[in-house]
Amino acid sequence: MSEMAPNATIDVVIKQDQSVGPWREAWRSFKKSKAALVGAVIVAFFILLAIVGPFFVPEGINDQVLKNRLQPPSAEHWFGTDDFGRDIFSRVVHGARISLWVGFSSVIGSVVVGSMLGIIAGYYGRWIDTIISRIFDIMLAFPSILLAIAVVSILGPSLQNALIAIAIINVPNFGRLIRSKVLSIKQEEYITSAKAIGMKDARILFSHILPNSMTPVIVQGTLAVASAIIEAAALGFLGLGAEAPTPEWGKMLADARIYLINAPWTMIFPGLAIMLTVLGFNLMGDGLRDALDPKMKN
Amino acid sequence: MLHYIGKRLLQLIPVLLGMTFIVFLIIRAIPGDPAQVILGQQATKEAKAALRASLGLDNPWYIQYVNYLGDLLTGDLGESMRTKATVSSELWPYLAATFELALFAMILAVIIGVNAGIVSAWFQNSWFDYFAMILALIGVSMPIFWLGLMGQWVFGIQMDLLPTSGREDARNPVDPITYMYVVDTIIHGRFDQLWDVLKHLILPAIALATIPMAIIARMTRSSMLEVMRSDYVRTARAKGQNMFWVVYKHALKNAIIPVLTVIGLQMGLLLGGAILTETIFSWPGIGRYIYDAIGYRDYPVIQSGILVIAFVFVMINLIVDILYSFIDPRIKYD
Repeated sequence: MSEMAPNATIDVVIKQDQSVGPWREAWRSFKKSKAALVGAVIVAFFILLAIVGPFFVPEGINDQVLKNRLQPPSAEHWFGTDDFGRDIFSRVVHGARISLWVGFSSVIGSVVVGSMLGIIAGYYGRWIDTIISRIFDIMLAFPSILLAIAVVSILGPSLQNALIAIAIINVPNFGRLIRSKVLSIKQEEYITSAKAIGMKDARILFSHILPNSMTPVIVQGTLAVASAIIEAAALGFLGLGAEAPTPEWGKMLADARIYLINAPWTMIFPGLAIMLTVLGFNLMGDGLRDALDPKMKN
Repeated sequence: MLHYIGKRLLQLIPVLLGMTFIVFLIIRAIPGDPAQVILGQQATKEAKAALRASLGLDNPWYIQYVNYLGDLLTGDLGESMRTKATVSSELWPYLAATFELALFAMILAVIIGVNAGIVSAWFQNSWFDYFAMILALIGVSMPIFWLGLMGQWVFGIQMDLLPTSGREDARNPVDPITYMYVVDTIIHGRFDQLWDVLKHLILPAIALATIPMAIIARMTRSSMLEVMRSDYVRTARAKGQNMFWVVYKHALKNAIIPVLTVIGLQMGLLLGGAILTETIFSWPGIGRYIYDAIGYRDYPVIQSGILVIAFVFVMINLIVDILYSFIDPRIKYD
């Protein structure tokens, strides 16, 4: 057995250390969780469905064939037809695009606004922190769906306003998360050093503090997409979101209510689509949390 | 302790003021002319002017807000535009119906959720553990309005086991005293009606309980797993104590503390979820009251309904915080 020179051993150790960066480590951990992988596959499937699905579905979403109204699932209409004879499969596929659009864009909006407010509150502290934190407390004092209803009552019912309402109700969750992270990061030595060499606040905030606060945001963001999809569907169901004939899943469920006895398929498939999408994001979010930030687990 | 309770009550003041301000905005922040939006396109000038006057919309906003706060302090929640009755006089029957539903849902969620969590932790990695946790994961991903509809279809329509809407048999109405029908039927000694009322409660309570049940089960499991690994549990087992007592007496006592916080939080969230459940099951609670008001653009009812639920939500959270400090003496508030 040949002996290895001490320097060569150090080289090997250094190379091994470099090969396992924090993201690679997180990916390894994520891969180990079967549930997280299943979640990722479900999410990928629905994203793909949302992007390319509408080009492949057999019929247009608003093609009304009244002689085909309330047909049960068959080879021609996989998910059956609704009260206007529209193909439910086509509408569910188009609905994926709407639900994911609302889910992602509302969460991105919440992350951007919440992060800004959280960073300002956490970094500058004092009165500005007090004001922002009290605003968050007030918003969190409402059950989220009620606050969304309040916002939509002001803006008027529409899909766009539902999206804005969902973005608003999630702002304090991200704001608080970032604020607490910033409070701990700003005590770190590298931030003190950055201040000591005269770096401007904006650069410290955006180059150092923000990137280092993002891990819990990614985890929370994934889980928030799931709740945003449910909230959008709930608003649609209550008649405060998408309007007819938009094939939004919650709205489709609301329309299906009166056909529960004669045509239960009009209710089963849109609901199943909501549940599967939300399940996918929840599984993926749990996996990401364990991989990226195990401290958040409980 | 009194110092802590006083401090929490003081902290509540800005939150309550902020809540009232958000609710106050519901009418005032409507883009354009709120009177036009509320009364619709066909409204006459006179009707709009009368509505503006009755809502005080002609005054500057801060005067309107002060007047609104003054009204709230005297218990005046406004007047329903649909029924012309004061909201405060209409509210109790709706609120009582929601409390009854939320309470039953929470009892279901706690009994099933806590026990499922305990057994999952006790038999970690068993088929029961996997099955319960998969169910819990599906539970937290379930849109309750869909679950409610499925429940109606399966148990109400297909199996014809349970009623699908309302609180009581219309042919055999309950004579209300407290408006909590379970209590009322017991007071009257009408056990035939009690059975009927309970049957009406089952489906909406299960729909409402599903998400809290799943969250409680997950929380109990992780909390129990942590406690079961501790030395005092190992000692109890080494002494040869019956495993059932080790789990339910020794381990649960410490594991339940974080679960109680979750239970308190979920009780508040049930009030929010009630709006969807009550809509599906035509349950005449405060959620349904708000839903109907949305349809009629009855803004004073929307405002007051949201305010009342948010107020109860905040109060429940406060009580949970205070109870928490009693239950867990390790927590020191300063």
